[in-house]
Amino acid sequence: MKKTIGILAAVTSATALSLGATAGTLDDVRAKGHIQCGVSTGVPGFGFTDDAGNWQGFDPSVCQAVAAAVFGDTSKVKYTPTTGKTRFEALKSGEIDMLARNTTWTFSRDVDLGLTFVGVNYYDGQGFIGRKSLGISSAKELDGASVCIQTGTTTELNLADFFRINGLSYEPVPIETNEEARTNYVADRCDVYTTDASGLAATRSTFDDPDAHVVYPEIISKEPLGPLVRQGDDQWADVVRWTLNVMINAEEYGVSSANVDDLKGGSDNPEINRMLGSEGNLNEMIGLDKDWAYNIIKQVGNYGEVFERFLGANTPIGLERGLNALYTDGGLLYAPPMR
Amino acid sequence: MSLAEAHVGNGFVISRLWTEKRYRSIFFQIIALALLIALIFFIVNNTIANLQALGVSYGFRFLAQPSNYDINQHLIAYDSTSTHGRAAIVGLLNTGLVAVCGIILATILGFTFGVLRLSNNWVMSRIVYVYIEATRNVPVLLQILLWHGTILNLPTAKNAIVFFSGTFFLSNRGLTVPGPLPEPGFQAVPIVFLIAVVGAIVFTRWAKRVQDETGRIYPVFLINTVAIIGLPVLTFLVTGTPLSWEIAEMGRFNLAGGVTLRPEFMALWLALSFYTAAFIAEVVRAGIQSVSEGQTEAAYSLGLRPGRTTRMIIVPQALRVIVPPLTSQYLNLTKNSSLAIAIGYMDITATLGGITLNQTGQAMEAVMLLMAVYLSFSLLTSLFMNWYNHHTKLVER
Repeated sequence: MKKTIGILAAVTSATALSLGATAGTLDDVRAKGHIQCGVSTGVPGFGFTDDAGNWQGFDPSVCQAVAAAVFGDTSKVKYTPTTGKTRFEALKSGEIDMLARNTTWTFSRDVDLGLTFVGVNYYDGQGFIGRKSLGISSAKELDGASVCIQTGTTTELNLADFFRINGLSYEPVPIETNEEARTNYVADRCDVYTTDASGLAATRSTFDDPDAHVVYPEIISKEPLGPLVRQGDDQWADVVRWTLNVMINAEEYGVSSANVDDLKGGSDNPEINRMLGSEGNLNEMIGLDKDWAYNIIKQVGNYGEVFERFLGANTPIGLERGLNALYTDGGLLYAPPMR
Repeated sequence: MSLAEAHVGNGFVISRLWTEKRYRSIFFQIIALALLIALIFFIVNNTIANLQALGVSYGFRFLAQPSNYDINQHLIAYDSTSTHGRAAIVGLLNTGLVAVCGIILATILGFTFGVLRLSNNWVMSRIVYVYIEATRNVPVLLQILLWHGTILNLPTAKNAIVFFSGTFFLSNRGLTVPGPLPEPGFQAVPIVFLIAVVGAIVFTRWAKRVQDETGRIYPVFLINTVAIIGLPVLTFLVTGTPLSWEIAEMGRFNLAGGVTLRPEFMALWLALSFYTAAFIAEVVRAGIQSVSEGQTEAAYSLGLRPGRTTRMIIVPQALRVIVPPLTSQYLNLTKNSSLAIAIGYMDITATLGGITLNQTGQAMEAVMLLMAVYLSFSLLTSLFMNWYNHHTKLVER
């Protein structure tokens, strides 16, 4: 009996303790000395562990940039790999501070799930990859095919819509992670694999013979991917949002990790001066160090640099900028001014 | 001693609640109960407060919304315009299917292995021993992945292994068998089957009564088997074999037509069956060994033949030992079926607890429903097995 009471007391106090952590995320992050960042379980180029076991890639870069802004040190990030299913609960429960993991911005996720999307770092769309030996040229010829999908994602819903609208039948083969989906596709368990086009290009780069596979021209959905935070902490949302905006604006203004040291002392462009802190007090408004934007650009780079480093033409992924070019180059990237 | 003094002597002192044995246990149980209620109240309150703070809506309305996703294996009509509630039922039936199939196969395998384990044939009993030890001591998740991996390495659909003169196809897309197509008049067969089953039950009761009264023994098992199998077959032939078979044909991507056992179903079913069978084998062995040799000798000395001795003396006594642990193996199998998630079999954990949860964000409601489902599955199995246990237990006179 005494034991039971002891356990009850322990449970009660443990539950009470877990209630405390609802103060500002920025203060929490500063207090614990690192950012807990939710990433994917591994998509080549977008999020992967390097030879030393550190997380790298297009999505982890956003977390590293936030760490540079808050701590001036990109290494102050700890990563939590999440699946399509665990990611939102991880964020809502406070297990992670932000989620940077090819996550599509949708109405219900933004409004109903209690999450805040802070922007878009990759404009994507869902496509299909299949073997050239199937001898088809369009996804509309896939009547009766088996389709591998990552479960718990918007791709599942787009897929159902696409096949219903076109009056085609198919067998969905639901799979938990990108890596397993790849295994199933390679084993020919399914005829085609569908996910965001960027993910298809990334996955194709890991095949033994990438040329034997073709990405079909149909893009069946809008997939704006971006980092997100818990709803209700506007200060923290601003920090992540403007970290992303600094990266995009830096590219637009021609500020890169190579020339940011020269520009830091001041330039003839007031936008750059305000961003890098030689004019105005933007840093005080957001509650960060004077060098926050400098640190982002110096340590992580501007948007274009990050894109080229992990996804661009010189990488195995070899993605074009496409929709993800600056608006001045015919793309969709457009960040609000630093003013 | 006056009456008043006696009353004081027996007067209730508060410290007696924890010093005296008869009050102590009740007192502490009440305290524990109060704390438990307070804890539950606190958790519920806390959850509601936090959900409100997060701005998350809660309730079960989402079950009536369209699901917008497809499920590859559905035993009832379902498409992406059906509701989340229906998707949950599809998942529920898939869980039930693999649990029932798993229990049947595991029981057959388990009883076979259990008997073989006691075989006088040294090689046979050793082989089964190695199988049991190896299977019991490897986590079932690994076994599921192993079976799934093996099936994925079968030939592709276009190079499927064909047997029974082109009617069965085995590939890494599953096992495709001819699908039955009932024609008018076929309804008579299941009706006759039901009548035969009912008749067999009545006949068994009657035969038992006759035996109790007169000692006359009828070949009950033989007659029942002939009735249950023979009568429907006869009906089928008399009505002019009103059933045709649809044989699968290779389409552009997949085999079209017929009935396909998907690789995910096969992997889960086989893995769970072989895993649980190893436990059941040990249960069966224990049951048989628990019946003492003297029982057999006593039966023989009464003049019972070996077959009847096994059926009427050994098995009923062994069953008393076997049934309770067998129940818990059945429950384990049902609960283990939720590991389906690892290979993408669409059971209720994958539909309600997976896609629906993820698309609607109603985590608490979905998980609560899931818990209720597994609990009712377990309680139902348990209820049936308890009834069966009651039925087989020793009647003491």
